[in-house]
Amino acid sequence: MSYWEFLQTYGVRILDGTAVTGIQFLFASAVAIAVALIAGLGKLSSNLLIRSIAITYIEIFRGTSLLVQLYWIFFVLPLFGITLPKFAAGFLSVGMNVGAYGAELVRGAIQSVPKGQWEAALALNMSPAQRMRRVILPQAFLLMLPPWGNLIIELLKGTALVSLISVADLMFQSKQINASTYLSAQSFGTALIVYYILARFLVTPFMRWLERVMARRLGRG
Amino acid sequence: MEDMSEYPLELSGDNVPMVRFMNVTKSYGELVVLDKLDLDIAAGEMVTVIGPSGSGKTTVLRMLMTLETINGGVICVDGQPLTHMPKGGVLVPADARHLRKIRASIGMCFQHFNLFPHMTALQNCMEGPVQVLGLSKQAARERSEELLDLVGMIDKKDQHPSRLSGGQQQRVAIARALAMRPKVMLFDEVTSALDPEVIGEVTNVIRKLVSEHNLTMLMVTHQMGFARDISDRICFFFGGRIEEQGPPDELFANPQRDRTRQFLSAVKEAV
Ligand SMILES: Nc1ncnc2c1ncn2[C@@H]1O[C@H](COP(=O)(O)OP(=O)(O)O)[C@@H](O)[C@H]1O
Ligand SMILES: [Mg+2]
Repeated sequence: MSYWEFLQTYGVRILDGTAVTGIQFLFASAVAIAVALIAGLGKLSSNLLIRSIAITYIEIFRGTSLLVQLYWIFFVLPLFGITLPKFAAGFLSVGMNVGAYGAELVRGAIQSVPKGQWEAALALNMSPAQRMRRVILPQAFLLMLPPWGNLIIELLKGTALVSLISVADLMFQSKQINASTYLSAQSFGTALIVYYILARFLVTPFMRWLERVMARRLGRG
Repeated sequence: MEDMSEYPLELSGDNVPMVRFMNVTKSYGELVVLDKLDLDIAAGEMVTVIGPSGSGKTTVLRMLMTLETINGGVICVDGQPLTHMPKGGVLVPADARHLRKIRASIGMCFQHFNLFPHMTALQNCMEGPVQVLGLSKQAARERSEELLDLVGMIDKKDQHPSRLSGGQQQRVAIARALAMRPKVMLFDEVTSALDPEVIGEVTNVIRKLVSEHNLTMLMVTHQMGFARDISDRICFFFGGRIEEQGPPDELFANPQRDRTRQFLSAVKEAV
């Protein structure tokens, strides 16, 4: 079977898988960004309880493997009465895992906004929430965009693990095709190329574009 | 613990100062930076603080702006305690709400300007009036443009700080502080980070404020000539205390204390 024939036969399934990977990627990114913001701010909170929860979350999700977290969320949580569909378990695990790393980026970026900015905002009598929202976060956002670019690429690669709980993503389809055809080079080679294209020609240019837009908005273009 | 019953709950009478430091102490761990400071500033008065590096000048301004907490004593603004609030007939440390209420009377300009880099000059000025005072965008814009005009920056109102020189940034920072309509303005070495040729554009703005507005001002500067020109009173700080104070002509022409004389002659040599 030529590679061309392989693509004609299995192309649709590979495209289906790619679409699922794309959706897992988008949902997981949304989860990661949301929890990173919450946990990053939580770690800076003056409230001990909030801080403890944030630190515990960050420690657990950074300190253990994504695969184990995925299995926990999909196989163990049901024992405690929380059953998630595999699709949701997939992007939630990936998002929560990456979000824990993202939280450190959020915290670090907030802390590297110069102290004088806090002081100027306080001198204008802004409330703590206004200082964060209007003055600190917009500047922190620009600082953390480049490292987030790397993290989002990691997230894309991480979504391949959801195939292990039978979410029908690109990796899952490739494995299925390989199992029925034994065409390993074609199956996994195609997956390799598609992941590379997604990362290199979609995610990276998008992040670069976002960095440029934000820099211009913040008057540094 | 200090006995707070010795302090009045508020200042009343004919001569209530705009700012009063009563017995104010500030320390960082073992290091006592200000030692039982007493200082009154009358409404409309321009007071300049001079003194060697590390003598506590910046700390005085930062305490008044509530950027630093104090370890003893009370600061009052316009008759009301700032660092404390009355509760059950005595003064207790101020909570966030009380600080916010009294802090509204005070504005500050910093050595390094601290403009918000993600906002234009105009947006920097409008931020406080819109977010904190609740003015409409329209009203805040009018007020801000008026003040940017006052400081000579109206032409650059749509520029971000990164496109402005230091002198221009500092003038915007002054307009930003004034847009909050403070009663007291604090200037902490606002010309120290500037190139010599642009210092004049900032000092001229401050001169204008002194002559045309009835603001109470507390300024730290190393520019003795400027201080002498525009101040009502000079306070010479040394080691966290006021070593000597008086009208500029007296203090500069005829200093009473050795340390003042030494400081002034050292400064003169440096120029
Ligand atoms: N955050 C701080 N922690 C410890 N020491 C400080 C801090 N801020 C200021 N100081 C010390 O307080 C003293 C007075 O500082 P400052 O008010 O800035 O002096 P000045 O403005 O007169 O140069 C200095 O000895 C300085 O080192
Ligand atoms: Mg200083």
